[in-house]
Amino acid sequence: MIAPDIEPIVARYHAGRRDALIPLLQEVQTSCGYLSREAVVRIGQHLRLPASKVYGVATFYNQFRFQPLGRYHVQVCRGTACHVKKSQQTLTALQRTLNIKPGQTSRDGLFSLEVVACLGACGLAPLVAVNGEFHAGATPDVVNRLVRNIRKEAKVK
Amino acid sequence: MTLEINGRKVEAQHGDTVLGAARRAGIRIPTLCHYEGLPPSGACRMCVVEVEGQRGLVPSCAFPAAAGLKVQTHSARAVDARRTLVELLLANHPDDCLYCARNNECQLQDLAAQLGVRRRHYFGGRTPARMDVASPSIVRDPAKCILCGKCVRVCEEVQAVGAIDFIGRGSKTRIGPAFDEGLNVSSCINCGQCVAVCPVGALIETRAIDEVRAALADPKQIVVVQHAPSVSVSLAEEFGLKPGTDVDGPFVTALRRLGFAWVFDTAFTADLTIMEEASELAHRLAHGGVLPMMTSCSPGWVKFVEQFYPDLLPNLSTCKSPQQMLGAVVKTFLAGRIGVDPDRIFSVAIMPCTAKKFEAGRPEMGRDGRQDIDAVLTTREAAELIRMYGLDLAALPPDAADTPFGERTSAGKLFGASGGVAEAALRTAHYLLTGHTPDDLKIQALRGLDGIKEYRATVAGTEIGVAAASGLGNARKILEQIRAGRKDLQFIEVMSCAGGCVAGGGQPRSASPDAVRARMHALYVIDRDAAVRASHENPGVQRLYAEFLEKPLSHKSHELLHTRYERRAPVM
Ligand code: SF4
Ligand code: SF4
Ligand code: SF4
Ligand code: FES
Repeated sequence: MIAPDIEPIVARYHAGRRDALIPLLQEVQTSCGYLSREAVVRIGQHLRLPASKVYGVATFYNQFRFQPLGRYHVQVCRGTACHVKKSQQTLTALQRTLNIKPGQTSRDGLFSLEVVACLGACGLAPLVAVNGEFHAGATPDVVNRLVRNIRKEAKVK
Repeated sequence: MTLEINGRKVEAQHGDTVLGAARRAGIRIPTLCHYEGLPPSGACRMCVVEVEGQRGLVPSCAFPAAAGLKVQTHSARAVDARRTLVELLLANHPDDCLYCARNNECQLQDLAAQLGVRRRHYFGGRTPARMDVASPSIVRDPAKCILCGKCVRVCEEVQAVGAIDFIGRGSKTRIGPAFDEGLNVSSCINCGQCVAVCPVGALIETRAIDEVRAALADPKQIVVVQHAPSVSVSLAEEFGLKPGTDVDGPFVTALRRLGFAWVFDTAFTADLTIMEEASELAHRLAHGGVLPMMTSCSPGWVKFVEQFYPDLLPNLSTCKSPQQMLGAVVKTFLAGRIGVDPDRIFSVAIMPCTAKKFEAGRPEMGRDGRQDIDAVLTTREAAELIRMYGLDLAALPPDAADTPFGERTSAGKLFGASGGVAEAALRTAHYLLTGHTPDDLKIQALRGLDGIKEYRATVAGTEIGVAAASGLGNARKILEQIRAGRKDLQFIEVMSCAGGCVAGGGQPRSASPDAVRARMHALYVIDRDAAVRASHENPGVQRLYAEFLEKPLSHKSHELLHTRYERRAPVM
């Protein structure tokens, strides 16, 4: 995938305006799906901040990721209702089968994993979304099967 | 104004903190994140005290002294709070003291002892951490980091580099370069100021002691050593002597007893640097060359320009640093004179600086696939080596460095302090442009600890605007003025570390501003009392030109003593 050009976004912010850092990071992430190294360095240059600072600030917030999204983006809800329904076990199962941590993307580019505060459908807890599609009652067994199916499907394609 | 600390009256001035007032009154409040000269960060809370009328404990490093204030610095409550803080830090800290480079020299260890921590009270899981050993100059061990933030602040606020920062949050917070990468690929300029301020063993220099010992033990190798101008006035502190004691003579003896075959003085090639650099300046002035010319002896500064001001690279003098000049003439001139294959020579440099380790490894610093300098030791490592061999520096008789690179003038020695290179260069530039050496050599305006010093010299009717900056934050200010079109400067000296090499990142850690001042003063005393005080009067340097190099800026000089620079992507 060719990285979308971030110059038009950067250009909308005043050079050297450090308080623009968070909105600029957000906008770039929305447009590219993640913050690439090039993007972090470029944003730093524009706002006259060292890349270490841009990276430091971005890692302070859970919302930013530094690897491109996988073809299947898996979001695990860790809201209160899901927590009560043992979503931690679901997350652990996903980390094990995908061999990645939240914020990362698998080597083959198939999966990426994200933890979200609440997907807003507490009745379906524990809840997992894959590319935005909800999977209710996502226990470890359910997500393991889900991942297996996706892998099989991906191979066929 | 008067306040009361622990029941006694204490005088304080406007702008004092409770911490500062207490220190002057002889009361030591422990600190971890306090950094003299920078605004308080209040990160560690180790300095907490009780102040009457305040509900909780307050951090004394940030609390302004005020008339009538009543303070208890070591009440049971304050001491208990500090002890708890230390216990919590230790809960997430490896029990590694015996193997740690900071053993016996660690503020966390000291605090644990002072506060009577004798048992583990908290058993937390340790945050896993990987060592970063990729840098030629610095090793990071995040497992030992207590997140005081001093390294981040010195890197950003003093050096204006910003190579490292806090990453992540909560229990995953760590210090590191962008993208959690190694320091080697970051914008780090290897100055080692972070190493100098780190209270614990989380940042240390990349050690070269073992390589040097192996070379010393190998009968086939001829091991040569040089020591930088600022080392002899700083080393004393590692042996409990007063800051500013010059141990040049006993130091040379110690190096011989360690088994070095030749002991040379880097101040010799500092004189040589001045010959080349002053000639280069005269040449640029006479032929409309690129001005202002900027010094190039501080390798952190050179990398700084390569990364952040590549447009000003033509302003950098092409002279190598004294370390590299000495390395070059050892493996060429000396090797020829004593008739040995340069491959048998192992060349060691003892430096106040961690960036010198990086400089020695730059690919252009050698010839025929051979580096000119094989290992660089910091002043601290040299002290460690001397202790390892059971030598008592204070009791050793003095000795003198070897010819042909042992003679030095006090001008070369001045390289150890900010402003010293400029002062030495002006002495010789004056001679080159007028044919005589000025009577009054001392330039007070270029001495002392100010971050930026300026001076206007008139030589042979030409006015030369001179600036000396130390600490790269100060250098940045001048570079911005140059970019904005400032035209009245012709010569700019920059040393990466605030105060110059006497405050280098490889120096003894005692470096309070007073110790740095004492080291500096020692160099000025050497200059005051010296018989030969101008580089062009160094008989050894004159001989080297006559027998080998011909004259400054000759073809041979260019080949051995000058270098080139590279643009580096201003990454991370
Ligand atoms: S940093 Fe200090 S406390 Fe930690 S292991 Fe090293 S010496 Fe011990
Ligand atoms: S060595 Fe200097 S530039 Fe590098 S991280 Fe430390 S303070 Fe910053
Ligand atoms: S590395 Fe050292 S100076 Fe930096 S935050 Fe950690 S303990 Fe403090
Ligand atoms: S020294 Fe005062 S808060 Fe750290």
